Amino acid sequence: MTTVITGIGAATPNGLGTEAFWKATLTGTNGVRELTGFDTSAYPSRLAGQIVDYDAKTHLPSRLLPQTDVSTRYALTAAAWALADAGVDENTLPDYDMGTVTSNALGGFAFTHQEFNKLWSKGSEFVSVYESFAWFYAVNTGQISIRHKLRGPSAALVGEQAGGLDAVGHARRTVERGTKLVVSGGVDSAFDPWGWASQLAGGRVTTATDPEAAYLPFDERAAGYVPGEGGAILVAEDAASARERGAPRIYGEIAGYASTFDPKPGTGREPGLRRAAELALADAGLAPADIDVVFADAAGLPELDRIEADALRAVFGPRGVPVTAPKALTGRMYAGGGPADLASALLSIRDGVIPASGFTERVPDAYGIDLVTGEPRTRPVSAALVLARGRWGFNSAVVVTRHTDH
Amino acid sequence: MAQLAIEDLRRILIACAGEDDSLDLSGDILDSTFEDLGYDSLALMESAARIKQEYGIDLSDDDIADVETPRALLALVNADTASAAA
Amino acid sequence: MTRRVVITGVGVRAPGGNGTKAFWDLLSAGRTATRSISFFDASPFRSRIAGEVDFDAAAEGFGPREIRRMDRATQFAVACTREAVADSGLDLSALDPHRIGVSLGSAVASATSLENEYLVMSDAGKQWEVDPGYLSPHMFDYLSPGVMPAEVAWEVGAEGPVTMVSDGCTSGLDSVGYAVQLIREGTVDTVVAGAADTPISPIVVACFDAIKATTTRNDDPAHASRPFDGTRNGFVLAEGAAMFVLEEYEAAKKRGAHIYAEVGGYATRCNAHHMTGLRKDGREMAEAIRVSLDEARLDGTKIDYINAHGSGTKQNDRHETAAFKRSLGQHAYDVPVSSIKSMVGHSLGAIGSVEIAASLLAIEHNVVPPTANLHTPDPECDLDYVPLTAREQRVDTVLTVGSGFGGFQSAMILHRPEVAAA
Repeated sequence: MTTVITGIGAATPNGLGTEAFWKATLTGTNGVRELTGFDTSAYPSRLAGQIVDYDAKTHLPSRLLPQTDVSTRYALTAAAWALADAGVDENTLPDYDMGTVTSNALGGFAFTHQEFNKLWSKGSEFVSVYESFAWFYAVNTGQISIRHKLRGPSAALVGEQAGGLDAVGHARRTVERGTKLVVSGGVDSAFDPWGWASQLAGGRVTTATDPEAAYLPFDERAAGYVPGEGGAILVAEDAASARERGAPRIYGEIAGYASTFDPKPGTGREPGLRRAAELALADAGLAPADIDVVFADAAGLPELDRIEADALRAVFGPRGVPVTAPKALTGRMYAGGGPADLASALLSIRDGVIPASGFTERVPDAYGIDLVTGEPRTRPVSAALVLARGRWGFNSAVVVTRHTDH
Repeated sequence: MAQLAIEDLRRILIACAGEDDSLDLSGDILDSTFEDLGYDSLALMESAARIKQEYGIDLSDDDIADVETPRALLALVNADTASAAA
Repeated sequence: MTRRVVITGVGVRAPGGNGTKAFWDLLSAGRTATRSISFFDASPFRSRIAGEVDFDAAAEGFGPREIRRMDRATQFAVACTREAVADSGLDLSALDPHRIGVSLGSAVASATSLENEYLVMSDAGKQWEVDPGYLSPHMFDYLSPGVMPAEVAWEVGAEGPVTMVSDGCTSGLDSVGYAVQLIREGTVDTVVAGAADTPISPIVVACFDAIKATTTRNDDPAHASRPFDGTRNGFVLAEGAAMFVLEEYEAAKKRGAHIYAEVGGYATRCNAHHMTGLRKDGREMAEAIRVSLDEARLDGTKIDYINAHGSGTKQNDRHETAAFKRSLGQHAYDVPVSSIKSMVGHSLGAIGSVEIAASLLAIEHNVVPPTANLHTPDPECDLDYVPLTAREQRVDTVLTVGSGFGGFQSAMILHRPEVAAA
């Protein structure tokens, strides 16, 4: 059985809508800017990949606004775009043949922050009825399923910044188990003051002040990441069913997926990223030489960049494959990062072009990777490997390939 | 104590639960059912909480569960304001 | 040949019952463990009852650094993991770590720690803006709950897939269902799976107050959780956790493991109807039940006991009763159905796993736990809900179900391995 992607909806700091996102990704349009919304002067880090031109009222029904966190609004908007792109409405397939599997690392954080504040400053009777679900990690799956009448097997997965790829992997598993179509992907946002402070507590956010020299994955100047918001929603579908219903387009196949976990800290053993990549390749039935580009996790911290470069060298050999990190332009969107990279990978296959890695310029020779920097690289792409890591040891890998009728 | 008018209720409903984009809430909605207006039990509970915050009127759980139209809701609230004033 | 999955180890932390034995003693005696909230001053709240766990982290073997680092829900998960692994008799260190996975369910994860830290940073909650000067180094761990399955993975040395399944109140069923899929497809051979939630904090109590989902029977906390009773008026919030060792059947058999049950089938569906509401006809839950039976290749009449979601809201009890009738027909009237939430309350994302534990123990002991506090059944709930007293009977096959915000409806079939072989 083959699982294909038939629809993409991206909502990221450098582009609302798939084509806007892709154009921004290719032209190097930066979504990293000074964080607005509250006074950040007391914070050591003030740059964020922030969506600034999104007006919820123009994208969503008014009934959904009082009950949704901003992250859920992005998720609902991206899901609607993805389904429209796939030519799917609630009647496309019967009843239980469509499901929803999304990932979410932070929950409806800004919404819940406001309700915590109301509870403690005004009293419990001021807490919104919507808090009971606007906060929790299943909210995007639930709201998408309701809005589009998707009654099939559904789930919400959390795996920090690797969870978005796990959701797509589980969507493929769900298709292989008999559900014809699964809306998948991930979206996150937590740019309220408490959410921002909490992200900084992780200790990996850059304190840089120049948006063009802040998140520099694999650069010798790398000194942390820029948090982002947004992500992408994808429509995963059984290839035969997609053909049968006359899906307007097939972006590519989800050919392989794997996830691993690092050894417990202190064991000194090799992290699990290389193994995730190798298992995903094996799952796809491909050799390293078949891969045309790797969308790296691209942590933007020297130690983590080195670990990823080591893994890439071990799998592909020194400078064995073009590697890119367009997420440098959006910041790290948590559960949204992996799915947005998958969107880019599929569009690279479509257009035969590999986007560049933001503002990274000088890659240490010791890394031994062929990082695409400066300008996009034009070349045919038939297969791409997308990697994502999450704090504490999550590693996930997805292989997407050009779809050919078998 | 201030009486709750239909305009106030309309404002509260929209603030608490938005409005169904296919409907025109500015017309005569007094005798439409909340269900027809696109409002579910959560919308009514959120609106009842707002009415309590703004007008000090505490509707019972049963009232909120059973009330079907804006006219009936206004009658409940305004009966309460009348008795509170008495 | 499909790989079969069995459960060989169980660990439980639940109100009134820490450890599998104490938990089963409570359930089989039909005792209740719900009480007035003692963790904080609940007097301003509408519902002031909860199923609290008497959990002593130091006595559980956690060091001061672990206690500081881990949210209470994570501590519950790790404590249950230790019990489940010991119970299984499995030497995890002798296995290939790459072939061990972790699947942990939780609905609200680190809610308690989030609230504590917010109060510290916001002048006791008065401010929307927070003071980063009071930022805890652990705040990121509470922000992003991936740390919970990570802690479990470190505990057992798992290096295969590690994930959190967060499907609201079906998380604890779905996390085990996810684990079953990982073993069946051959990705791993062993998964430590289960769920933990510790939501007894003001913000969560306020959430359910707002939607009037929790009971107001504040003057009678021990009898406040009354699923299927005509006088019930909402669920009792609780905390808890249960973790399991899941293994590929042949491997478990080969090492002579004690097998609690095989997970014969699992399915989940969404009602695509409402974030908190249920449709009266129970059709999506009925579909999940039908599909899980199909997967187990069992006829509905083979079910000896239904472990119900039984939350004690009017809406749920009727929805679920309709789902059983819709999926099982006449057998719905013949099979005993009970809700352990009557005794341990509703621990949100954890309860699905706590209920799996109860189902396994029902098979183990050939005893159906009762629905406590059921004196006057709701006339619309007309099945055999095993009121008040446990029932000794042969239990080979159990159906356990869950229903959650977001529309999730899940069902799982647990049975003795011989049932499938027969």
